[in-house]
Order: sequence, then C-alpha cells, then structure tokens
Amino acid sequence: MTAGTAETAGTGGAAETGGTAGTALVELDGVAKFYGNIRALEGVSLEVHAGEISCVLGDNGAGKSTLIKIIAGLHRHDAGDLLIDGVTTTLGSPREALDRGIATVYQDLAVVPLMPVWRNFFLGSEPTKGRGPFKRLDVTLMRETTRAALLRMGIDLRDVDQPIGTLSGGERQCVAIARAVHFGAKVLVLDEPTAALGVKQSGVVLKYVAAARDAGLGVVLITHNPHHAYLVGDRFVLLKRGAMAGSHTKDSITLDELTRQMAGGSELEELSHELERATGPEPDVTASNVSASDGTAPGEASGKPLRPA
Amino acid sequence: MTATASPARGTPEGPRVTAGGGDERLLRVSPLRRLLGRPELGAVVGAVAVFLFFSFTADSFLRPSSIGTVLYAASILGIMAVPVALLMIGGEFDLSAGVMVTSSALISSMFSFQMTANVWVGVLVSLLVTLGLGAFNGIMLTRTRLPSFIITLGTFLMLTGLNLGLTKLISGTVSTKTIGDMEGFPAARKLFASSLTIGGVDLKVTILWWAALVALASWILLRTRYGNWIFAVGGNADAARAVGVPVRGTKIGLYMGVALCAWVAGQHLLFSFDVVQSGEGVGNELKYIVAAVIGGCLITGGYGSAVGSAVGAFIFGMTDKGIVYAEWNPDWFQFFLGAMLLLATLLNAWVRKRAEASR
Ligand SMILES: Nc1ncnc2c1ncn2[C@@H]1O[C@H](COP(=O)(O)OP(=O)(O)OP(=O)(O)O)[C@@H](O)[C@H]1O
Ligand SMILES: [Mg+2]
Repeated sequence: MTAGTAETAGTGGAAETGGTAGTALVELDGVAKFYGNIRALEGVSLEVHAGEISCVLGDNGAGKSTLIKIIAGLHRHDAGDLLIDGVTTTLGSPREALDRGIATVYQDLAVVPLMPVWRNFFLGSEPTKGRGPFKRLDVTLMRETTRAALLRMGIDLRDVDQPIGTLSGGERQCVAIARAVHFGAKVLVLDEPTAALGVKQSGVVLKYVAAARDAGLGVVLITHNPHHAYLVGDRFVLLKRGAMAGSHTKDSITLDELTRQMAGGSELEELSHELERATGPEPDVTASNVSASDGTAPGEASGKPLRPA
Repeated sequence: MTATASPARGTPEGPRVTAGGGDERLLRVSPLRRLLGRPELGAVVGAVAVFLFFSFTADSFLRPSSIGTVLYAASILGIMAVPVALLMIGGEFDLSAGVMVTSSALISSMFSFQMTANVWVGVLVSLLVTLGLGAFNGIMLTRTRLPSFIITLGTFLMLTGLNLGLTKLISGTVSTKTIGDMEGFPAARKLFASSLTIGGVDLKVTILWWAALVALASWILLRTRYGNWIFAVGGNADAARAVGVPVRGTKIGLYMGVALCAWVAGQHLLFSFDVVQSGEGVGNELKYIVAAVIGGCLITGGYGSAVGSAVGAFIFGMTDKGIVYAEWNPDWFQFFLGAMLLLATLLNAWVRKRAEASR
C-alpha cells in the first residue's frame, strides 16, 4: 500500500517545510472540548500534512489526549472545525475515522490482552473468505500478514499465536504501530508512544514513526519529551492547560527554545533562581542543565507550586 | 524487547527451532503443553474424574440406558449453557435466561390455545417475542451502561412475575391448558421432544440440538469476524470500540443468542408434555453460569469456549443422574456441584497460569 504514496511524500515533505502548499490531511481550527464544566481544550489549531510529523507537547492534563481523541473519532468537538482533506467534518465513531484513513495508537494501547497477536492485529478489520453462511476468517492470511507486517517494521515476533498481553510493552507498542501502518492509514496518530519505554525501545519506536513518515503518512506524535519531538518533528504545537501556548515549525525554533517553552519558560528561570537560593553551594543550576539532566520530564520540573498565582 | 521470554525455559527439550517460524527464542511447544493452553482442559479432567467416580460407586451408571439419561439431562442444560458461555466471553451475564425458557414455552402454548388452532403459529410468535426479550436485555444494557447483573436481574424478576400473573389471568390456574390435541402438535413434538434409538440407546432429540448448537457456536467464535468481536468486547470493550468493533451490536446479538436458545429449550419444555407450569425455570440461570464457568469461561470475560460449556453441562448431567444411580439422597447434588465449581475454577486458574508460563 505504501509504494505509491511513499514517493509523493518524499518529495512533498521535503519541499513544503513551510506547510502552506497543498491541503492538510487533517486540520483542526480553533477546536474546543468540554467535559461537563471542565474545559479540556479551547481554541486549539493543528495541521497534519503528508510526509510530516506534527508534535503535540504539553504538561500532564494539558489536553493532548483529548485533542487526539477528537481526531480519532472517540470524542466529538464542541466548537471549532475539524477538516479532513480540506472538508469540514464531524467524526461520529472511531470506525468513521478508520474508514477515512486515520489510525490511532492510543496512550493505553488499545489491545485486548488475552487475544492472540494476529487476532488483535486485525481486530475490527478482519479479512474473510467464502460466501454466505460459509464466510469465515481467512486465518492463514491473517497469521502470515501479521508476521510479515511486523517483520517489515523490524519486529521479529516469537509467535503470533501468543496472547498480546504476554508481549513486552515495547513489542505491544510496535504491534499497534504496525497495525496502524498496515491498514493503509493516511494519518497516524500516536499518543505518547515512548512513555514508559526504555531508552533503546524509545529509539526503536521513533524509528518506526520516522518510517511511517517516510512511507508518506501524516503523523501526529504526542510526547512529554522535547528531545524526542525535536528529533523527528516537523511542526510543534505546545498546549498548556487546554489552550495553545505556541505553534512552531522546525526551522523556526531550536531544541533549547522548545525545551524552555515546554518547561514553562520564565517559570524555569525562576525555578533555577529559587534552587540556587535553596541549595546554596550549587550555584550553576541553569535552565539548560535542568532540562538536559532530566530530559524525560521537564514539565514536572517546573512544578505546580512555582506557578505564579 | 525480549525481556519477557517465558520462565518455563528449563524444559529438557532445549532450545529448538519451530517448523514454521524459525525463531530460536521459541521453544518447541509439546502437544501436552498445547493441550494445557485450551480453556476447556480443566473441565475435561473434571469430567473424567466424575465419570470414573460414578462408574465405580454406581453399578447402573455404565448401562446404555443410563448414558441416554445422562446425556439428556446434560443437553437440557447444555442448550442454554452454550449461549450463556458466549455471553460470558463477551463480558456479560444473563440472570433472566432461566425464566425466559419458561416464558417462551408459555407464550407458544397460550398463544396457540387462545388465538389459533395450529401450534406452529404459537411456536413462531414465541420465537419473535423471545428474541424481542433478548434484544430488550441487550439494548437496555448498551443504552444505560448499567451492569448486566442489574439489568437482567430486573428482567428476571419481571418475567417471573409475568409468567405467573399472566398465566393465572388467562388460564385461571398456574399451568397452561393442554394443547395436545391441536393441529401440528405431533410434528412439533417430533422436532423438539422426540427420541431416537441408536444402537439400543434411547437418545432424546435435544442431544442433537445441543450438539448442533455447540458446533455452531464454536464455528462462530473461532472462525468468524463476529467471534473475534465477542472475545474483544469481553476482553477490553474500550479497545474494541477504538479499533472500530461495533460493541453495542455485538452485545445485543449475544443476548439475542441467549433468547434463541431459550426458545429452543422452551419449546422442548412444552412439547415434552402438553402443558407448562408457569413457576418453572427459576434458579436455572445460575446452573447455566456454573456450567460455563466449569467449562473454562473467565467470569470477567474475554476467554472461554463453547465446547467447554458442553463439558460443563456433561459434568452436570453425570452428577445429577449419578447420585440417583448411586442411590444417594439427591440433596447431595448441590453440595457436589458447589465443590465441582470451586475445583474447576481453581484448576482452570492453575492451568491458565501454566499455559501462559509455557509460552
Ligand atoms: N472523560 C473525561 N471526563 C472529564 N474530564 C476529563 C476526561 N478526560 C480528560 N479530562 C480532563 O481533561 C484534561 C485534559 O486531559 P488529557 O487526558 O487530554 O490530558 P493529557 O494532556 O493527555 O495528559 P497526560 O500527559 O497525563 O496524558 C484533564 O484535566 C482531565 O482531567
Ligand atoms: Mg494523555
């Protein structure tokens, strides 16, 4: 499925880093979402282009998962516009999103632990053979495709018959990504794929994300980690308490600046001053040191108590 | 990424490449191990134990006629244990399943008697109404998102009341009027309640119904998309919805499957005799659940088999009749059953752990 799109994406992605050429595969424009009286998201805009990775960054509870659940069809937005291929749409169910080529890898992984890998891989889109009452699952095709699709992603699975719950977290994540890539998705949405993964596993997952981009998919990558984001991302949207705190393309921002903004900018400088005063003999704690030594959770480093009231 | 490799590595087979895969991390799984991975294994072991036990303690247990009787008792239960097992794999219960059988019998009996001269009309109306009851359970469950325990407890109580109340209102007594002399009765009896003699053994037709239902349910579970969805909605409904499985439709379908089988069992109840007692069926819903659980269905959903429920029902039949053949007080039956349930559940849990470790 990827051969044709890969080429167009290769050229398209390189040519339009500015992002204004061509319609976005998915575009959010001033989108809002309320859970009862909780404002989870308001006035958020995002563009996803073929062959590009759009990163969404933000603290815990910033509304990142809510954002992607709107794109995935799990939640309906309350205000603003969701455009797919330039047409305003509302998605009624995950099925609709899938049918339009939007595949999502959820934060909570969305697999059925007790089911074998191959059944999970095809869940919801099972191929069948035969007619009428003899219509049945094409089990051999399912098994072989699962094995092959995983191998293509570089995952060498022991046994596609084992319950997916017995795989390691990284392997499960990879199955979910391979599944999304396999189903010819135009858009791949990943909610914190590298959270809870080791350094090496994170690298593996990022490699698959890049592979999906190179195959011509538009990718939305959610992460806490600015280092990961900067490594692969083409655009960056920063969320803070449900609102947009910034939107950048890769050539308009540096890693340090991205890290600083994510960690709360001036808040972090304030933090370093405060730490200086508190610890005394450690005068060289600077903003860049804090973020570099604790790359995985710079958001937490800013700490709620330090937020200017 | 290979850190979770199986702890059961120390087997004497040593590292060995499998036929198809060719992965050195995958030990060859012995046939015994594969067997241990089946959900119904615990039930099969239990069934063999019960069989041996009664073979030794009850002289008449091994007679051909006894086998027919045991199978009959098992089939009555087994017909309902099949859809209840599927429903349990789908993550839900149906406490109204027992009285629904009676309702179905009452509907066809009373409709035939009051409205027409032909029993087949009643049988057909009963099918539609019973399917409607199943759909009601399913729709209520998926709309309200209340636990199925509450929803079907409600239907259970309502149906119990309706069975008694309407029967008294219409017939004046707690049982229906006889329909034995009505048109179509002999043919309907043949379909739902006849017996055939095979090799000197008297076998009730319900055994065929039961076998057919087990085969059909196994086919659906293991070889159709719908079966895949049943495992998924029971194993993780949110995940299933997220990948596009119609969770509501799947659950409603499962409840209608229970209703369909309740109709079969209900027609048997009616055509074995020609009247129906309106108070029957209360308490049977738990027996169906017990049979499914003994058969290896996980009470939390997502795991189990139709064949397992059949083995569970067979254990039931053997225990029920074996106690009679052993000339014990039938009061012991329930004790036996409870012990069996506990043992089977423990065995299943142990087997599952072994099976997972053997991977
Ligand atoms: N179903 C819900 N009902 C009510 N409030 C919700 C619901 N889901 C999320 N929220 C609230 O919306 C806000 C945003 O949540 P969201 O899950 O989108 O955050 P997030 O950015 O993904 O956080 P994390 O980094 O921890 O995954 C939070 O304050 C959360 O409490
Ligand atoms: Mg989240």
